[in-house]
Amino acid sequence: MAGFIAYRLLYVLPISIGVSLICFALTYMAPGDPASSIIPDDASPEVAAQIRAAYGFDRPLPIQYLLWLWRVLSGDFGVSLSTGRPVTDEVIPAMMNTLSLAGGGALLAAFVGITLGTLAAYRNGRLSDRAISAVGIAGMSVPQYWLAMVMVAIFAVELGVLPASGMGQPGDDFGRTLSFYVLPILTLATVPAGIIARSVRSTVSETLQQEFVQALEAKGLPAWRIFLHVAKNAAGPALAVIGLQFANLLGGSILVETVFSWPGTGFLLNAAIFMRDLPVMQATVLLLAMFFIVANLLVDILQMLFDPRVKSARRG
Amino acid sequence: MTILSPQSDYDTAPDRGGPRQPMLIVQGLRKHFGIGGGFNGKAAVVRAVDGVSFDVPKNKTLGIVGESGCGKSTTAKLLMQLIRADEGEIILDGDPVAMSRGVSLRDYRRSVQMVFQDSYASLNPRLSLQDTVAFGPRATGIPQAAAMRRAHDMLRRVGLAPEVFASRLPHELSGGQRQRVNIARALAMNPRVLILDEAVSALDKSVEAQVLNLLQDLKQELGLTYLFISHDLNVVRYISDRVMVMYLGKVVEIGDVKDVFDHALHPYTRGLLSSRPSMNPRQRRTEPPLSGDPPSPIDPPSGCRFRTRCSFAETVCAEREPPLASLGLDQQVACHAVTPGSGHTQASAGEGASQ
Amino acid sequence: MSVSNAIDQPAVRPAAARNIARTFWQTLGRRLRRDPVSILCFGFLVAIVLMALFAPWIAPADPYQVNMLQRLQPPGTEGFILGTDELGRDLLSRLMYGARMSLFMGLAPVFIATIIGGTLGVVAGYAGGWVNTAIMRVMDVFYAFPSVLLAVAISGSLGGGVRNGLIALSLVFTPSIARVAESVTVQVRTQDYVEAARATGAPAWRILMTHVLRNVAGTIFVFSTSLVSVSIIIASGLSFLGLGVSLPEAEWGMMLSSMRQSVYLAPLNSVLPGVMIFVTSVSLNLLSDGIRSAMNVKG
Repeated sequence: MAGFIAYRLLYVLPISIGVSLICFALTYMAPGDPASSIIPDDASPEVAAQIRAAYGFDRPLPIQYLLWLWRVLSGDFGVSLSTGRPVTDEVIPAMMNTLSLAGGGALLAAFVGITLGTLAAYRNGRLSDRAISAVGIAGMSVPQYWLAMVMVAIFAVELGVLPASGMGQPGDDFGRTLSFYVLPILTLATVPAGIIARSVRSTVSETLQQEFVQALEAKGLPAWRIFLHVAKNAAGPALAVIGLQFANLLGGSILVETVFSWPGTGFLLNAAIFMRDLPVMQATVLLLAMFFIVANLLVDILQMLFDPRVKSARRG
Repeated sequence: MTILSPQSDYDTAPDRGGPRQPMLIVQGLRKHFGIGGGFNGKAAVVRAVDGVSFDVPKNKTLGIVGESGCGKSTTAKLLMQLIRADEGEIILDGDPVAMSRGVSLRDYRRSVQMVFQDSYASLNPRLSLQDTVAFGPRATGIPQAAAMRRAHDMLRRVGLAPEVFASRLPHELSGGQRQRVNIARALAMNPRVLILDEAVSALDKSVEAQVLNLLQDLKQELGLTYLFISHDLNVVRYISDRVMVMYLGKVVEIGDVKDVFDHALHPYTRGLLSSRPSMNPRQRRTEPPLSGDPPSPIDPPSGCRFRTRCSFAETVCAEREPPLASLGLDQQVACHAVTPGSGHTQASAGEGASQ
Repeated sequence: MSVSNAIDQPAVRPAAARNIARTFWQTLGRRLRRDPVSILCFGFLVAIVLMALFAPWIAPADPYQVNMLQRLQPPGTEGFILGTDELGRDLLSRLMYGARMSLFMGLAPVFIATIIGGTLGVVAGYAGGWVNTAIMRVMDVFYAFPSVLLAVAISGSLGGGVRNGLIALSLVFTPSIARVAESVTVQVRTQDYVEAARATGAPAWRILMTHVLRNVAGTIFVFSTSLVSVSIIIASGLSFLGLGVSLPEAEWGMMLSSMRQSVYLAPLNSVLPGVMIFVTSVSLNLLSDGIRSAMNVKG
């Protein structure tokens, strides 16, 4: 077991290197000279050459990559081209905003998904099961940016009960601040809730069909105690799905944040793309991907703690 | 059954070495599988096949027996070159295989074919029987029409009328019929050696007998040489000319089928034979049948690998590995207790036992 | 994003379930015909496809005809069955034309990714050893990005446009298809019939074509179909961010984006393109579910 965790931890290393390579390559995939975005338009050729040398653009690519990686590892992502502030000052607060949104969304999705999924599994094949399954499919098929617009149309425009965008003012009272979270979190939670509900439904109903459940029933155990046994067996797979969904919320938040003008990483990334602010773009993508990697790692380890058999089913 | 001139579309390798040249000579075949490894797991080695040597005379059947895990099937796959041996040499009718100036791997593969145990898993579920049988000839460059003709010939030869069966799919057949298809597929390559790895073990007894008889007929008609791997000693006795007993990746006894079955010399062979139930109370043997499971091939016992389960084990058995020594006319045994001069207290008595 | 269902796909068993063989497609069709939900979804999808194909002949108006006097007319207005958009263009016609680009962006990247990812996965699975390690570890790296993030990052740096969107989305789906293809191939490759084929000395490509491909294609196909709805959603998401098709081309995601501000004035009009995306995606998911359960059932 310790071996598996150690292996899984070490495996993060090559993957992270690969991810950093892709992030580095993003700059070079962009059309045109990557240095041109840093060099002012009115710079003389001599100044331009100086800037190139200063940023290492005159070195061979592998060296440039290593230099960039070294700076990143020491926490220096460069300077934002549009605001002139250090990239870290832009990305870190945005990351916090994204995490609070994704965390809230994941909690809500897990709660709704587990409840609906378990209910559906216990009502196997009946109308309520089919209804819940349909809701699950609908939930996972919905385009989130559209759902966000629908939410705004209903709750902010028609009913006028919730704010449509932003995070409010620093001086707002707690209730007012919270109200800004409601629509984005509801929107974010929909798709993962549908996916979690479907997955929990299939895991729980598989578990319910196992012989040990029949044995427990034969023993005359009350239903709620049987449920505890079932829950213990279904926990591992459910946990895996929830963890993956949390990780995906980080990516999915790009569009939702844009609709709600939520000052998170997605909003920042979107702005950076249109300003061609490559340092900010690189940093945002890299940080989000690293979060994703760590989240996947934690899911794997947690899942293995719940069910040691997982280890043998996985490669490596 | 008339021979349907199977050579018409084919170049058969001629019998180069003459009748006295063994069809197959295997020397020092060795395959160790690495398992585990990784960051904390110590890399362990399974000695699946650990220095196996034997030869098979032309047009004879060599039976290979032993408990599961003794290396029978690995030996088969090594002989098929489906997995690469770590060491060892294979000589086909006098020509070394996959060496310069020897038989090429491609030619060798065509000359040696195999029938697998699981008749279902060994047939592609999406291919009709004729396509399955014709695949091999097609792959060797025979035109489509000729390959089909050959497939039909082979199906007919194994007792499946092509008019009825040629375009059927594997799931439409019974187990015995599927195994016939497997035999036809192997024969379509016009092989000289057929390896049968538990080929009849999964069949019902009555079907098993039919397939065994078919194999006997084919062997005579086509001049085939068989390697017959099985855990069923009665079947091995029925079909084999020679028999080889394996234990933990090593050959412990090899010899003429009558000699080995009637005068087994190795304690393991005797144990195996006496573990068969016998109907006749007078034929029941007095030796204790084998008890316990074989030790792990990852960390086999020192010296003689059988000593941990052997009632004749002495210190010499732990110190030295018994070589495969010739005893009797055509029988070789790897046991200190029956090898004269081995230092085992029963060694002298063992000399008499072989006569 | 329902991108995530690209990730939590259960390991799919090779479609070589014992009881289905040549009549595979017939069996599948027969079973699907017994499932009313699948029929309904299939019918709806056919309608969308027909609508997209014949848009120039059946659209009631020119989708690019701007009419500033008739902006954001509600659905049911004389002459505009579904109303107009923020520039007074006929919404129904735009939705019909939009289906073309949206369906294309749903199907094309999945098709490309199936060819590339399927090939990589089958080769990796069949070859094993270092070839497998090299291919699958590279796939793992791309897999380490959330799908939407990868799509946005790539098309963001390549720049907008259909071609770059296509490249980005194909890259997003390739690793997951490669993973599925690899795992089925590994299972098929250890089957005795592949060993038997190897024993004939047949070249690897021949064994791959005859024995491996036929037995893994079904599984890869089913998995790929489940990605089409994801592709439609991410593609419209890219257009929504301004990274997909360029104005004034009609595309559902793009239409949603351009009417984003109109949500305060004409909520119904502005969400209509999303309804199209949603219904198409639900139908695809339900149909893909139907196909999957039809294939897993024995009999």
